[in-house]
Amino acid sequence: MVPKNFRYTKEHEWVAVEGGTGTVGITDFAQQQLGDIVYVELPEVGRSVIAGETLGTIESVKAVSEIYSPVGGTVSEVNGALADSPEKLNHDPHGSAWICRLTLSDPAEAGGLLDAAAYEALIGK
Amino acid sequence: MTIEPGLRQTPLHRAHVEAGARMVPFAGWHMPVQYTGVMDEHVAVRTRAGLFDVSHMGEITVRGPQALAFLQHLTCNDVSKLAAGRIQYSALMTPNGAFIDDLLVHRMAENDYFLVVNAANTPKDVSWVLEHARSYDVEARDASEEWAQIAIQGPQALAIVKELSAEDPSPIRYYGFVRTDVCGVPCILSRTGYTGEDGFEIYCAPEAAERIWYAILGEGARAGIVPVGLGARDTLRLEAKMALYGNDIDDTTTVLEADLGWIVKLEKGPFVGSDVLARQKAEGVRRKLVGFETEGRAVARHGYPAFVGGEAAGPVRSGSFAPFLKKNIGLVYLPRGAWDPGTRFEVEIRGRREPATVVPTPFYKRAR
Repeated sequence: MVPKNFRYTKEHEWVAVEGGTGTVGITDFAQQQLGDIVYVELPEVGRSVIAGETLGTIESVKAVSEIYSPVGGTVSEVNGALADSPEKLNHDPHGSAWICRLTLSDPAEAGGLLDAAAYEALIGK
Repeated sequence: MTIEPGLRQTPLHRAHVEAGARMVPFAGWHMPVQYTGVMDEHVAVRTRAGLFDVSHMGEITVRGPQALAFLQHLTCNDVSKLAAGRIQYSALMTPNGAFIDDLLVHRMAENDYFLVVNAANTPKDVSWVLEHARSYDVEARDASEEWAQIAIQGPQALAIVKELSAEDPSPIRYYGFVRTDVCGVPCILSRTGYTGEDGFEIYCAPEAAERIWYAILGEGARAGIVPVGLGARDTLRLEAKMALYGNDIDDTTTVLEADLGWIVKLEKGPFVGSDVLARQKAEGVRRKLVGFETEGRAVARHGYPAFVGGEAAGPVRSGSFAPFLKKNIGLVYLPRGAWDPGTRFEVEIRGRREPATVVPTPFYKRAR
């Protein structure tokens, strides 16, 4: 089960939109695929990104994976807790282990992403 | 679950799938990369015990009046020093002294040897060995189909095997083996491994593998044994600085460059690759495989470029977060002058050059 109010990318990121702010993370499916996460490279606050641009990098013991921004915007906040405790991403990827918050360029943009049902179909749930 | 066509399955395939392992293609086999997670499995082997299916490894038997002379010609270690019941780490080399493969040579009896080679190299090794065997009075044979292999590694391994083995395994020395029954099944029981821990590698008939696998998991349950996948096998061997063919050693790196001079016995007489190795030994190698650490959280992985004083070196051969040591480590070939412990160099990680330091190896050595 993935949260119903999030929107998803085919690359397994999620975005939760509240007003003009979008919170971005990776999905539980993504963390399972990566395995034990040992490092999260977070974006810099103030950086502007467009949808599909690299926001950061996640490293597990076995793999390296880019985090692609699901939508365009400016990074307003990063989850600094992940710098010290990257393993939180294995435990609560849809909650406390969010990656960053964006001030959205276009709050309607997320509407073009996958909804929960479409994402669950994608990952075969 | 979907299985890619053409992938081979070990006799323990069903056990892995039932245990919920994540299965991946590896060297043409469908193998478990992890069961619960690389970190947990790695730490279990360092502190308790872990069980590995390594049935994908290849086995070659060499028998006949000229078996010793043949293996002296084909491998770099001195097989004449190998007593029955003992095992030697060695290498098959190209005429340039580079690796065709690294391997274990078991001396079963007079004129009777059992070679264990890497899965990815088995067809190549078999061709090489069989082709050269034609010039000797030996019978060399690919016996890979006749053997499953299960490794039990960790500080609790001996106590667990002791309960299941007909013969007491305690007196078996490191790199020694016995032929005995394990769970009532005839096995080769070797005190060897690829983790840096005490433990055993158990060779048995494929049809007996499940019985031994489940018996060990049952017997070891109280001691906290867990099945371990290829993911932790790789991080364990890296902490112990045991070479991996295809990463650290290959047909472009010589045995001396790989810092494995202790298995090169030039004094035994000429063998395939000995001319180049003798010259390298006399002149000194130009590069050497060394261990390094990086301080940043980003991992310097296989293939990442390395730089010594701005000059390209490397690339990184193996690199990982080390789950027991809790730091980032790796192996790289560095030129003379840059390979001593304490030397600083750089590794390029996603476009950024990060500082790295040569460190003594092995990274991890168990307390004895």
